[in-house]
Amino acid sequence: MAGIPHDHYEPKSGGEKWLHSRLPIVGLMYDTLMIPTPKNLNWMWIWGIVLTFVLVLQIVTGIVLVMHYTPHVDHAFSSVEHIMRNVNGGYMLRYLHSNGASLFFVAVYAHIFRGLYYGSYKAPREITWIIGMLIYLLMMGTAFMGYVLPWGQMSFWGATVITGLFGAIPFIGDALQTWLLGGPAVDNATLNRFFSLHYLLPFVIAGLVIVHIWAFHTTGNNNPTGVEVRRTSKEEAEKDTLPFWPYFVIKDLFALAVILAVFFAVVGFMPNYLGHPDNYIEANALATPAHIVPEWYFLPFYAILRAFTDEVWVVQIASFVTGGIIDAKFFGVMAMFGAIAVMALAPWLDTSSVRSGRYRPMFKWWFALLVADFFVLMWVGAMPAEEPFNTISLIASAYWFAYFLVILPLLGVIEKPAPQPATIEEDFNAHYPKSSEAAADGYSQAPAE
Amino acid sequence: MSHAEDHEGTRRDFLYYATAGAGAVTAGAAIWPLVNQMNPSADVRALSSIRVDVSGVEPGTQLTVKWLGKPVFIRRRTEEEISAARDVALSDLPDQGAENANIAADADASDENRALDESGEWLVMMGVCTHLGCVPLGDAGDFGGWFCPCHGSHYDTAGRIRKGPAPTNLPVPTAEFVDETTIKLG
Repeated sequence: MAGIPHDHYEPKSGGEKWLHSRLPIVGLMYDTLMIPTPKNLNWMWIWGIVLTFVLVLQIVTGIVLVMHYTPHVDHAFSSVEHIMRNVNGGYMLRYLHSNGASLFFVAVYAHIFRGLYYGSYKAPREITWIIGMLIYLLMMGTAFMGYVLPWGQMSFWGATVITGLFGAIPFIGDALQTWLLGGPAVDNATLNRFFSLHYLLPFVIAGLVIVHIWAFHTTGNNNPTGVEVRRTSKEEAEKDTLPFWPYFVIKDLFALAVILAVFFAVVGFMPNYLGHPDNYIEANALATPAHIVPEWYFLPFYAILRAFTDEVWVVQIASFVTGGIIDAKFFGVMAMFGAIAVMALAPWLDTSSVRSGRYRPMFKWWFALLVADFFVLMWVGAMPAEEPFNTISLIASAYWFAYFLVILPLLGVIEKPAPQPATIEEDFNAHYPKSSEAAADGYSQAPAE
Repeated sequence: MSHAEDHEGTRRDFLYYATAGAGAVTAGAAIWPLVNQMNPSADVRALSSIRVDVSGVEPGTQLTVKWLGKPVFIRRRTEEEISAARDVALSDLPDQGAENANIAADADASDENRALDESGEWLVMMGVCTHLGCVPLGDAGDFGGWFCPCHGSHYDTAGRIRKGPAPTNLPVPTAEFVDETTIKLG
């Protein structure tokens, strides 16, 4: 772990030295756990731990659910009912798993918007950001395929609509869609491969999480000021940081306990609140539910997918320029994936030299509008495809792209940033004058009065 | 040893290229079966033709059968539905191709080119919205034909897209009357 100077693990006993010269695993764990962490991290820096916890929760509950689930079109739906009714505690395991997906996305959206506000994506943390975006894409793929497994109506028709997106790609779309489905339509072959991949991808995510952590342990954490930890000497670095263990572990676990209290209340008292009743009807290839809606966490991007219809002038221009190769359907697909791509490119689109939004007076408002825009998109994504929702989703989609492609590049040029603190220590002492006095007294433990 | 001024390939260069080439071919040969196993299996491909008894279908009603995992609409149209479809000018149609597998690919989307028989009584088409694959609802929408509930595509009484995000008309599959009351699909 290069970067911030700090104490490293020193093997003491003979046994420790013997192991350390052969496999420095204790040292790796020590350095990872004792990593110097900016001491001014606020409550938005808890989501990483929440996400790690939920990943483990999903893998553990998933592995035991597989012991009772049958991935076949004739048995999948009834095997899920079997889990709900017959398996000991099966209903709880399944509700934990299905609501765990929702907690996963609550946490990942909070984590992403934290990064967008405090400029965590900016140099030198671009790799951390890109790995994070890859994890987010894999999460969406995993969640989508997991939702197909119960083989309800929403499972089936969600799979039909989403795999239809690949069919929209010019020239190769049909062959690609058939290949993905393993047949002309969503059927047993589709269910089996989704099951296989739904089991595989979480482990790929776990691997990428390790790379994600490795990347920001190399650069050091960002913090609410966006000012870097001083690295000239260990003494200076220690004025800006505290070791991750125990300070941040205890703080994060406290936050996790609060979040889990809410989570278990949802799992226990309203486990189907975020689901759709149609998914308790077995899949039927001959009847589409009246209103197909994806899970809430896909709604913002689903709204962008639907926003670009034939009547929109950019779609008409794209269609005209490409001689009809890009039609409204393909345009919508590109817009949906593009919405995530522009977010992934934020490190290069944001031209401001100031990292944290706290010291960017104009950026603050545009960012607040982006958060509101995200919720508006989530809301219209759940509405039927009719006016006024079409117009609202088009405006909201336009703002999403404008934020990344126009506002972020321009703000860096026209905005006059507010003064930033010179060091993290200065910012910390301004917030906690008493503890800084105590620090000046040589860490006296005497009560203030 | 090769030198910078040597422009002719050496034995060692040859071995590098040969090894890399053999490695690339081997990697491709290993990956292709892993990719191809996801394509439709033999039993799925075998179910490509079925026969449907349509003797019970009254005018103004529709039979939906499952073929290749997808619904096929077999509608016996009323006189009003036929004349409504035939009164539409081609220029009003977003997709002016017949999308009919039984006739030439460049045929226009006139109602005659959509129906299975000359009188236009029988309309056979895939019940799969060309937008994102939902099943449109019959006797619905602004044009008296079909309406897709997913993203609001309206089809007329000849299954032609009239309004909404779907790009093309509902496709007519390969179909024919093998006797008075039996339609063969595929």
